[in-house]
Amino acid sequence: MTGNNYWKILTRPLVDENPLTLQILGICSALAVTTALDTALLMSVVVVCVLALGNGSVSLIRRQLPHSVRIIVQITIIASLVIVVDQILQAYAFEMSKRLSVFVGLVITNCIVLGRAEGFAMHNGFCASVLDGIGNGLGYSLVLVIVGAIREFFGKGSLLNLQILVPVSDGGAFEPLHLMLLPPSAFFIIGGLIWYIRRKRPQQAEKPEFTLRPHEQGTE
Amino acid sequence: MSALAELMLRSVFLDNLALSFFLGMCTFLAVSKRVDTALGVGLAVMFVQTVTVPVNNLIFTWLLAPGALGWAGLGDIDLSFLKLITFIGVIAAMVQVLEMTLEFHVPRLHRAMGIFLPLITVNCAILGGSLFMVERSYGFGESLVFGFGSGFGWALAIVMFAAIRERLKYADIPDGLQGLGMNFIVAGIMSLGFLAFAGMA
Repeated sequence: MTGNNYWKILTRPLVDENPLTLQILGICSALAVTTALDTALLMSVVVVCVLALGNGSVSLIRRQLPHSVRIIVQITIIASLVIVVDQILQAYAFEMSKRLSVFVGLVITNCIVLGRAEGFAMHNGFCASVLDGIGNGLGYSLVLVIVGAIREFFGKGSLLNLQILVPVSDGGAFEPLHLMLLPPSAFFIIGGLIWYIRRKRPQQAEKPEFTLRPHEQGTE
Repeated sequence: MSALAELMLRSVFLDNLALSFFLGMCTFLAVSKRVDTALGVGLAVMFVQTVTVPVNNLIFTWLLAPGALGWAGLGDIDLSFLKLITFIGVIAAMVQVLEMTLEFHVPRLHRAMGIFLPLITVNCAILGGSLFMVERSYGFGESLVFGFGSGFGWALAIVMFAAIRERLKYADIPDGLQGLGMNFIVAGIMSLGFLAFAGMA
């Protein structure tokens, strides 16, 4: 494989095959950890690490792995990686790991990780798999960071806990939108994001199952 | 008793796993095209959730929690870091057992649930339920109620969502919003509706 191909594997999942907006993988955690930009960033780092390492390890043993037990082996590999990450977070960033609560553990069942291990790493070499992991992780991070930034900026008027707009309660002119911190806003923002991407890339749009019959004049 | 009833209401409506914690979203969006398949997967989740949360609770209290091995004379061992891998193992095993039991005793139900049963192993609502049980340190009785309630809430949400989607097929939606984009917005509005239950609690 040439360098050009590797580059494609790395960049394709960013927008063209984004795991969240096109492949519908790993949505749960994307919505839940995006109330602030810093949790979104940390979660992105966790997912990129687990994806890259998980994809790499699955790809290394793919020839020795019997077909019938592959899912359970993949899950075990992913679970071990997540445990390591979880322990590291608890040791060095205890506050953050409390705020992410169960969602670090839920990376195990994040369909991105298993989906890429099963769909890509089982058929490709080590380097390509690691790059695919990083690429998909970055595609996921991109959406997370955008949503996290929007929610924190409009919900609290800050970015990365740095106050940018002064809220009314402190004599400023900014009224925080509390809806942005509540669950529904995550749905709306991702829905809007998907709409925007599909406007720009019409080939991603889904065809409607039924279309309205065009209004014909003079037939009645 | 009233505490348990309150927990039940809370886990069904206010803390709805799908709509306020976004758990099991992938399945939620992927298999909600028709009401009957949604009902099948909803029932399967409810079933597995009701069994795995209490079982994981027993395992955690007696084997994994700090000091839990006191009965074996190993009181100073803390195995709680193993909880992730144990829970996922228990869930996978439970799903397997459930599938075999259903196939043997209730083949009709087994056929109706079909492929959804094995898929539940990687449904984050199930693992999430067990992890929330640990984080909020529920006892055995509470985890029984929480398991059933959260499974029921998830099933309720996906059936309602599927019903809306069946009607939505006939709507005239802008091109880019068609499909996934619209589903997110519908789910958001539903989630807004479930938030209203906060006033009840």
